[in-house]
Amino acid sequence: MSDETPKADGAPRRNFLTAMGAVVAAGLAGVAPVLAGIATLLDPLRRSSDDQPMVLVTKLAVVPDDGIPRKFTVTADRVDAWTTYQNTPVGAVYLTRTPDGIQCLNVVCPHAGCFVNLAPGATHFACPCHRSQFALDGTIADPASPSPRAMDELDVEIRNGDEVWVRFQNFQPGQEHKVPIV
Amino acid sequence: MRGLLDWLDHRTGYRDVFKAALYERIPGGPRWRYIWGSALTYAIVIQFITGLLLWAAYSANAQGAWESVYFIQYEMWGGWLLRGIHHYMAQVTVVLLLLHLMQIVIDGAYRAPREVNFWFGLAMLGLVLGLSLTGYLLPWDQKGFWATKVATSIAAITPVVGPAMQKFLVGGAEYGHHTLTRFFALHAGIIPAALVFLIAAHIYLFRRHGITVRDPDRAPEAMFWPDQVLRDAVAMLAVIATVLILVLVRGTELGAPADPTEPYAAARPEWYFMFLFQWLKYFPAGWEVFGAMIVPGVIVTVVALMPIIGNWEMGHRFNVGLLSALILGIGLLTYLGYAQDRADPEFLAAKEQADREAERIEHLASAPAGIPPTGALSLVRTDPLTQGPKLFASNCASCHTYDGHDGLGLPPAEDPTASDLAGFGSREWLEGLFDPQRIATLEYFGGTQFRNGEMARFVQRGIPNAWTDEQRAELPYVIKALSAEAGLTRQQAADSVEAADVERGRTAMTTGFVNCIECHTYRGVDAEDPEGPVLTGWASREWMLRMVDNPAHDDFYGDDNDRMPPFGEDGILTETEMELIVDWIRQDWYRATVQVDESEAEAVEVGSAGG
Repeated sequence: MSDETPKADGAPRRNFLTAMGAVVAAGLAGVAPVLAGIATLLDPLRRSSDDQPMVLVTKLAVVPDDGIPRKFTVTADRVDAWTTYQNTPVGAVYLTRTPDGIQCLNVVCPHAGCFVNLAPGATHFACPCHRSQFALDGTIADPASPSPRAMDELDVEIRNGDEVWVRFQNFQPGQEHKVPIV
Repeated sequence: MRGLLDWLDHRTGYRDVFKAALYERIPGGPRWRYIWGSALTYAIVIQFITGLLLWAAYSANAQGAWESVYFIQYEMWGGWLLRGIHHYMAQVTVVLLLLHLMQIVIDGAYRAPREVNFWFGLAMLGLVLGLSLTGYLLPWDQKGFWATKVATSIAAITPVVGPAMQKFLVGGAEYGHHTLTRFFALHAGIIPAALVFLIAAHIYLFRRHGITVRDPDRAPEAMFWPDQVLRDAVAMLAVIATVLILVLVRGTELGAPADPTEPYAAARPEWYFMFLFQWLKYFPAGWEVFGAMIVPGVIVTVVALMPIIGNWEMGHRFNVGLLSALILGIGLLTYLGYAQDRADPEFLAAKEQADREAERIEHLASAPAGIPPTGALSLVRTDPLTQGPKLFASNCASCHTYDGHDGLGLPPAEDPTASDLAGFGSREWLEGLFDPQRIATLEYFGGTQFRNGEMARFVQRGIPNAWTDEQRAELPYVIKALSAEAGLTRQQAADSVEAADVERGRTAMTTGFVNCIECHTYRGVDAEDPEGPVLTGWASREWMLRMVDNPAHDDFYGDDNDRMPPFGEDGILTETEMELIVDWIRQDWYRATVQVDESEAEAVEVGSAGG
């Protein structure tokens, strides 16, 4: 390996142009695949389902009339990338009779996304993961609860006299305010 | 041969490479304390190999991930061993990393000129933890699903970019196919590639700087090969022995398939993340970012600055002290996390239920019918043994009990107001009903308005007083006949062997020799005064389904129906849900053998009732 690097004709300027050319050409060669890759990777960010339709959850008569919340599974169509599940469980809600009608709470804990249980004796809600506690109306019951907000209340409507319809939505956990996951 | 190798060396120079790799000088001689780096490299290489082979059998999608892991674990030759080694070697890697880090800090091996290599090491620690986190989700079982969901929810609290970051990581708004494909790409592609790069750079720098020796005059200088390699090889043997023992003794867990709608209260991260889980319990609302990001961020930054801090007077002692404090703190948090779980009956019950469901789905998946194209989750959702107790607990247990509990093993909050349905339809259940001492207890009619009704009076006074001895002698046959109406699978053998007894009971009933048809319609004979439920097909699947559908139907309690809602007619339960409850009460669920002997049936029943 005794070959000497051939001396360019004392032309640092030409060297610079060559280097620039090399970098630009190589860079351009990578543009299309990289851009295509990034686009595909970011695809989930553009998909959103802003308007959640109301879904029929149950009959009014089924909601206990003693003010104790009762859990209901919510079934709806769910699209997961290439698979569409028809009429499949998508989540669950607690329905409670209140003096003004029906209150609907998402069972998901606003702290980190676990499912909140109705404590034995139905005195309050308790999250099994990080011990958040909520009153039966969904407000934070224990100030030491790590949850940043009350349980998420969902829109509920009574249709045709006795059908309970709910706009089922999940919200960003860990935020002080309800931000829908879309 | 020699000539061939000479030729190869001339063309490639491989001998120099080998020489450079093996003949590294070790001043002070080989030592056991130098084994950690090699043991760690070995563990990571094993993870690469086992990981690639698992990849050859794994499918990253929401309807195939659990199923393919099930197939590896329970069906493929040596699959349990391959997966077991990968599973436990991952945990051993984390332990070895910590030991390696401790050794480096205690020996002060981070000092100039080795700062950059220390940083590479920390980066690799992060990558390995990333591998653990992503790998935990891949089997797509309940445990991995819910534990990982908590982890990505925490990522979402990052100020400003949190939600978008979560969506990017998860591959959509909810966990699904793309969560798996992304986590798999990270776990098997991106992170390993980065790790390979860093390991190469780490070893290159290590060779460039040489080994950190405290006492070069301890023993004569030696070479890496073979003296140190012997010690390293023994260490590798010890590592694989530990892993194999763990695989054999503890087995490799595969929970029930992930169900986004089924709460899993026993969701916990892998043990080496348990301290973080426990740590987060101490931060009330509004402080999560502080607890989950700022404090850990500051600690990691200080650790990264150790090479600089180590140059100061007392700096090295500070570093050793800090690392000791961190390890103690992590140990304490881990201990507290597990101690709190052990003292939490709800957690223990959830854990027990999860174990039972995992065992059950393994049983279902290995059935001749196998796993359908819709995945193992549909097996879980249509299994009476899994769903029955839950549906019973949430729909029936406010009035009924099942063997004294709510179906899931918890005692009822208040006294039951309707009968205990364990064994409903069986001869034993009927024997209790016809027992004057028991009919008016809470087990049967005690909590209902029928406590003082016709039937209770009949059993308590009519049979003992008004019946003749001949009539009373027919009672055991009546019980057999009535129980045969239920057509219980588990009583099939007895019903057919004792067909003559059953026939005798039927005759006694239909001829009016015993007084059933006064109130009950039975086998074509209409009741004289139809007050009680129809007994034709009593407690059969169809009878029970119709009863649950509407107990106030004339075939059942009519206007006398006591508080039981029409579950089907009112749309409280779907057809499928009613079937699951009824099949569970009738103990009609898939069993591996068609001919179940009594003790085995008992064992399954106890298993389902345990809590």
